Amino acid sequence: MNSTQAQSLAETYGTNNGGASAVVSSAVAREWSLASWTVRSSALCLAMFYLLAVASPVIAPYDPAYQNRGMPDCPPMRIHLSAPSEWERGLLYAHPMLMKDAVERIYEADQTRKTYVHLFSYGHLFTTEPDAAQFFLFGSDALGRDLFSRIVYGARVSMFVGLIGVAISFSLGITIGSLSGYVGGLVDNLIMRWSEIEMSLPSFYFLLALAAVIPSGMSTIATFFMIVAIMSFIGWAGFARIIRGMAASVRSRPYVEAARALGGSRWRILRLHVIPSILGYAIVAATLSIPGYILGESALSLLGLGIQEPAASWGNLLAQAEDVQNLARYPWILIPGVFIFLAVMSFNFLGDHLRDRIDPANLR
Amino acid sequence: MTRFIIRRFINMIPLLLGITFLSFLVMSMVPGDFLSSLKMNPQISPDVIRQMEAQFGLDQPLVVRYAKWLWAVLHLNLGTSLQYRVNVTSLIGARALNTIILSAASMMFAWMIAIPIGIVVAVRQNSIWDRVLSFVAFFGMSVPNFFLAFLMMFFALKTGWFPVGGTFSVDYPDLDLWARIADRVNHLMLPVFVLGVAGMASLMRLMRSQILEIKNSDFVRTARAKGLSERVVIYKHVLRNALNPFVTMAGYGLADLLGGAALVEAVMNLQGLGLLLLEAVRSLDIYLVMGSVLMGAVLLLVGNLLADLALVAVDPRVDFSSAESQ
Repeated sequence: MNSTQAQSLAETYGTNNGGASAVVSSAVAREWSLASWTVRSSALCLAMFYLLAVASPVIAPYDPAYQNRGMPDCPPMRIHLSAPSEWERGLLYAHPMLMKDAVERIYEADQTRKTYVHLFSYGHLFTTEPDAAQFFLFGSDALGRDLFSRIVYGARVSMFVGLIGVAISFSLGITIGSLSGYVGGLVDNLIMRWSEIEMSLPSFYFLLALAAVIPSGMSTIATFFMIVAIMSFIGWAGFARIIRGMAASVRSRPYVEAARALGGSRWRILRLHVIPSILGYAIVAATLSIPGYILGESALSLLGLGIQEPAASWGNLLAQAEDVQNLARYPWILIPGVFIFLAVMSFNFLGDHLRDRIDPANLR
Repeated sequence: MTRFIIRRFINMIPLLLGITFLSFLVMSMVPGDFLSSLKMNPQISPDVIRQMEAQFGLDQPLVVRYAKWLWAVLHLNLGTSLQYRVNVTSLIGARALNTIILSAASMMFAWMIAIPIGIVVAVRQNSIWDRVLSFVAFFGMSVPNFFLAFLMMFFALKTGWFPVGGTFSVDYPDLDLWARIADRVNHLMLPVFVLGVAGMASLMRLMRSQILEIKNSDFVRTARAKGLSERVVIYKHVLRNALNPFVTMAGYGLADLLGGAALVEAVMNLQGLGLLLLEAVRSLDIYLVMGSVLMGAVLLLVGNLLADLALVAVDPRVDFSSAESQ
């Protein structure tokens, strides 16, 4: 890759390729000005979700595993702005919920009492005093755990499963695919037959079967990596085929032939000429395949084969809704689904935008 | 054509061998011998276990076991389900039919909606309709089908217009034929909608880009120059040519459709192949898992074959020799 190419790549993707940070920030600004409002809000949405994942102990008001046994299935509480005279006690407040019916779990807000919500105190973004009634922004689950805190911690699983999964299948696919396309012959034939087998697998069925391999006693982190590994194992084949096709077409380009004539080794040509030229498409394909990983993990966890309680992921938080009674009485347990939806949609918008940016011929 | 079909079937053999061996390998990695869980079950006599051990050679190495399973499969014996205590073959047949009905219905639903909308949107490119519907398509593509299934179940709960999940009503056996069909259709409405939405959105986008591409081609300009009406140009010239990739898409989309169907079946409690597989995986019912995966793979391969045949039928430029080299 020569320096102009490197710079244009850096400008296109906003990556710092050894240049000054000013170049990158101006590139980011340029990209921002080119993006439509959907792409901008997608980028902001994803940035927010990754912030949730990285800073979950600060953003979550409570311990995600803390069970408030007195308040199971509490509905979301409304938040009010305090009168200026009460600001020293707390800027915001909510009326605590009182359980009216322990069987049906019907709550009513106690209008006479206030529980103050403090911003930037006790090491959290917002929380209530340790001995005061809890404030449930999104309600609580059957064990009285704060749904909002669980969603914030669940972002760690759901937002990183896509990134890590794509990183694995991306590097596998790009190495194997470009090798296969560039070397050709028997290697190509073998790799492509194998990828055909993987691609004609009914992938979700196979995912289910593979998930059975995960031992139930594993730690959350180990389970997480098992799921990522399983999905990457299924995912690399399609990726490798796309890359292979491109690599095969790059092989006969004059600049590659020139490099070969100058005595460049196979690996060198692959690394310096073939892979950089297909990187743009690879990045688009990667962005567009992230939702698949998020959805795959959510589906597995929802079905009880992925991340296990008490750890939270957006998928296993939805598992409570599988019981129709819960769905009817406590509809707020569907909120994690909104987060999955937003994450998936943002990646779709972003990938679509990147595709148009990299190949203007797609702009119609 | 017969030669083409025969050759395709022969090509399927190594694929199916690969897929089943891979699944067999996976199931053998499952922690805990599934026989040990069987032995702990007082309902299953030691005789049955010994019989199964003998039949499938479970004490033998993996390759031998696989060969024995394969031999049994060739005799249409997929083994005995540990959970249901019946032959897997009899279990899978009815379930696979339900899944096929669900998938086919949602595919038809998606096509019926996506194609007209795709046409309208492409013909009026950049109009307000184009913008709004393209945005809605993104919505449809991005909403996870299990989440949509929950939303639809919630909708059914609140309105009472549709049954909340399930394959048929409790009184199903007492109904006459027509009432049975009506009952099944009523239960299929929401799942078909849920599964159709995702397909609909991506098909609409495909239709739009296809039409836009063909709209500017030479033969369309010729048709206009001949003085044909816009209607004839769009429906007879553009549309016919734009439909080709749909047939190909139908084949490629099958895997997603099957996977989506499995999830929706699990969430909405529909008696399909996916739910069967899920239950089998949960209870480590190895032969049921193997049978379901095999069945899913066969459905997929046959579906792809049908799509290729349809492509040859639809597009005169494609013949069997070129379909094969694809």
